[in-house]
Amino acid sequence: MMEDIETEITTAESNRTPESIRPRWGRIIAWLSVAALLALLFFGLLRTQQGPIGVGQKAPDFTFTSFDGKTYALSELGGKVVLVNFWASWCKPCEQEAGDLELAWRAYQTRGDVVFLGLAWTDTERKSLEYLEKFDITYPNGPDLGTRISQTYRTTGVPETYIIDRNGILRSVKLSPFLSLDEIKASIDPLLNE
Amino acid sequence: MIADFGYGALIVTLLVSVYGIGAAFYGARKNLPAWVESARLAMLLTFPLVTISALCIIFLLVNGNYEVEYVSSVTSSSMPTYLRITALWGGQAGSLVFWSWLMALFATAVTLRNWHRDREFLPWVIVVSLVTLAFFLILIIFFENPFQKLWLFPDNQVVAGLSQPAGSVLFFPRDGQGLNPLLRHPGMIIHPPMLYLGFVSFVIPYAFAIAALITGRTDDRWIRVTRRWTLIAWLFLSLGLILGGRWAYDVLGWGGYWGWDPVEIAAFMPWLTGTAFLHSVMIQEKRGMLKHWNMVLIILTYCLVIFGTFLTRSGVLSSVHAFAQSAIGPLFFGFIGLTFITSLSLLLKRWDELKSETQMTSWLSREALFLLNNLLFMGILIVCFWGVMFPLVSEIFTGLKKTVGPPFYERATGPLWAGLLILMAIAPLAAWGHSTIKTLGRAIWKPFVLSLVGIILLIVSGIKSVPALLGFWLAFFVAAVTLQEFWRGTRARHSRSGESYPLALWRLVGRNRPRYGGYVIHIGVVLMAFGIIGIELFQHETQGTLSQGEKIQLGEYTLTYESLSIFDSNDGRNVARAVLSVEENGKYVGELFPRRDYFFESQQPMTIPGIKSTWEDDLYVILVDWQPITSQGATFKIYRNPLVNFMWLGGIIFILGTLIAAWPTKDIETVRTRERHEILVGATG
Amino acid sequence: MPVGSLFLRGLSKKVWVSSLIYLILMLLIFFSTVNAQELTPNAPSDNEVNAIAKQLYCPVCENTPLDVCPTQACSEWRELIREKLASGWDESQIKAYFVEQFGDRVLATPPARGINWLVYIIPPLAFIFGGIVLFRAFRTWKKPAEMGDKNLAQPSSDEYINRLEEELRKL
Repeated sequence: MMEDIETEITTAESNRTPESIRPRWGRIIAWLSVAALLALLFFGLLRTQQGPIGVGQKAPDFTFTSFDGKTYALSELGGKVVLVNFWASWCKPCEQEAGDLELAWRAYQTRGDVVFLGLAWTDTERKSLEYLEKFDITYPNGPDLGTRISQTYRTTGVPETYIIDRNGILRSVKLSPFLSLDEIKASIDPLLNE
Repeated sequence: MIADFGYGALIVTLLVSVYGIGAAFYGARKNLPAWVESARLAMLLTFPLVTISALCIIFLLVNGNYEVEYVSSVTSSSMPTYLRITALWGGQAGSLVFWSWLMALFATAVTLRNWHRDREFLPWVIVVSLVTLAFFLILIIFFENPFQKLWLFPDNQVVAGLSQPAGSVLFFPRDGQGLNPLLRHPGMIIHPPMLYLGFVSFVIPYAFAIAALITGRTDDRWIRVTRRWTLIAWLFLSLGLILGGRWAYDVLGWGGYWGWDPVEIAAFMPWLTGTAFLHSVMIQEKRGMLKHWNMVLIILTYCLVIFGTFLTRSGVLSSVHAFAQSAIGPLFFGFIGLTFITSLSLLLKRWDELKSETQMTSWLSREALFLLNNLLFMGILIVCFWGVMFPLVSEIFTGLKKTVGPPFYERATGPLWAGLLILMAIAPLAAWGHSTIKTLGRAIWKPFVLSLVGIILLIVSGIKSVPALLGFWLAFFVAAVTLQEFWRGTRARHSRSGESYPLALWRLVGRNRPRYGGYVIHIGVVLMAFGIIGIELFQHETQGTLSQGEKIQLGEYTLTYESLSIFDSNDGRNVARAVLSVEENGKYVGELFPRRDYFFESQQPMTIPGIKSTWEDDLYVILVDWQPITSQGATFKIYRNPLVNFMWLGGIIFILGTLIAAWPTKDIETVRTRERHEILVGATG
Repeated sequence: MPVGSLFLRGLSKKVWVSSLIYLILMLLIFFSTVNAQELTPNAPSDNEVNAIAKQLYCPVCENTPLDVCPTQACSEWRELIREKLASGWDESQIKAYFVEQFGDRVLATPPARGINWLVYIIPPLAFIFGGIVLFRAFRTWKKPAEMGDKNLAQPSSDEYINRLEEELRKL
């Protein structure tokens, strides 16, 4: 009788062994999934809270081809102060600052150590060219192909202007149109003296 | 003053909640019922307190106290009173208060039930409910305060805050910004409340599940208690989703009812796991199996509710529905982490105790088919979840945004929905425990043949699309099987008791509400399937610019642009209302009035379609507002949506079925006890 | 046509001139009723534009298909589609152009390359994984039953309850 019970218990135990291994795998997978999900949400949240590229960081490099076919790369403009302006022809606030930006460019143009670059964001070529002609803009402008540059800079709309110093460090971020020519000059002049 | 009073009420509620959590914990640990009772009373107190706070907000909204920031952001003087009340849930802060109010309501409802059989659950149900409530209150009090006022500085700067900053005075704007025009619709009265009701009510089943895990009482008791709560929660969530679709179709004017937008999906995911739960819980009740899985499903549903709320409000996802980004994201993330980790720990701790009692005997038994049903629902859930998460993954790892749009979801879930329809046709005929192909075949051949007849008729009438024919065939099949169930049950009652057929049907349904209510829901689903197949696979559209008197044709419809009237309404809109006359196959059938409303305050236009509805199709016309609207030329988008009204009819029957299934019968265990008592008395007497 | 048959009958000069004027007037009226968009007769119709716009998403707004997006930018993109269609581009060329200009997010589903493969692979994999788990669970549950333990597991109270429920249901 005792032997029967013992056999029963042993069989029951050996029947249970495969089951107890399975939950261990399951536990690992379950905890890993939760951890992965939380990590994903954490970084997603971080990214949302981050906003655009911050002042003081190295400005990400980019290249683009202007509407007249020339290629420009940020990395080749070392030693110069670079103003990068994102705009679009359908953007009404962009028009507010277009004239001032061109005036500022003409004031700095002869110096040779200031570069203005305009990137047309999610725009159509014809309308972009019309916009450039309307405001008589002479500094290099080109489409932000595939919106890659704006995504690298994590822009949230247009117009936005990023000013980079001679060492490639982002020094000023403007997330709305410039209100006056003086405001533009005030952002650039301090960087010229460095 | 009222604002300060309302804010104070919220703070008191938070303190009461925290007390309740502590008292319940202490009472449970030290086995002191008095403390648990005190916690229960604390939970009861939260409802009147939050009600006071909500009433304060409503008063401020209706009264037009624009010095309160929330009031000026969601109301304006041109809004009618009913809309001002619904503005309570029109913005982030107010909707969080509304969420909290519903949470307190359900917490109260649950405390007022009869607890004498489940005393050990009570403290933990209190803890879970109050922790959730406290979380939302913390969000409101510290991050999204609806009672903040506007303060004006001498340099014309306006700042929002609760207390007066030095050197500023209270700012009284002349008018508010007004509710987003898209929300100014009677649908606003019902759709958000229904959705929130659905979300919040899922907290209760979760609370019972957690209570069962903590106390170790993992037998069927927690399932029996939560089954009705879950059904009610699921009812509200289904209603909220259906109403959202109807509202989008009726008002928002993009010709559709469901856009697979991330926020829509966030509300849909708990519905999927909730539906899976409602099916698999039957397996546990009838056969004692799947205890682990049912726990997982309920925990998953609650986690998806919190997760969905997080996605909508934290700004992590981009969506047309999302609230403006705010600071509540990190706190929400913490709460999600707490919820997921605690739930998983408790589940794994009790894993081995959730043992099954019966085994599976047949692949074609109802249990097996229900499990397949669950697998399919989980499949759809994974598609939805991953589709929503992937853009985030892509952005984090590559920095580039991607769109995962309707084609992905439709193609991925289409076969899964078809699989579910097949199961809906087979499962009602499969028996619990044991089923063979022979028994199934005997029951199924008649509906099968009927459905084939239906399909042949469709093919003869000219429908050639294979996906449509497959979908219709499945819908016919399910309808035939389900109606056969009603027929067989009614006939059995009639032949046994001589009742007339209508009475037999009534009693049949009445005596077995969950089962036949479920079948009514399935009929509703079939009708919705008809509607969805019609509009998704057979929609035709056209667009054209017409001058007055000109015609445009779509299929057998000819529309003539008759006239246009442009006027200002008395509630702050400029309305352009076009009149089109409609002819079908040359015969005049009526007029349609699509219009464009332009709201001055928010400077936003809305296009409201003109719809002519019949069972056969909807003729749906939008006045395009990105082109000039004059009587010389106006652009119209015209859709023909076949069978779409079956979808709404199906929705109504769906809800009806859920009400039938949820309708309280005498608690089966009370009846059992009484029967047992009677049998004993009879045996001894 | 009246003009043609009259001409064939050898009409007088007066009738010829008046018919010509009639014809010119008809042409003028025809062209003046062309709609406000001033399309040349060859321009792609709204429906042709929408057939492509439906499959593209607004690069700026959230999850809005290009055929219903009301913003000015979207109008310009639809006109761009019309231009490209008029120059003879086909659907795939236009879509490729939009991707080049605005990035992958204009497409309704991510193009299958690089990390995007994950979108298409994970759901089927998860489903198969679930299926395997279910299959193995079935087998585990079925085996003891086949070994004849059908009567072992059910506690008596459940049996009693089941029988009672059946009786009640018959009522």
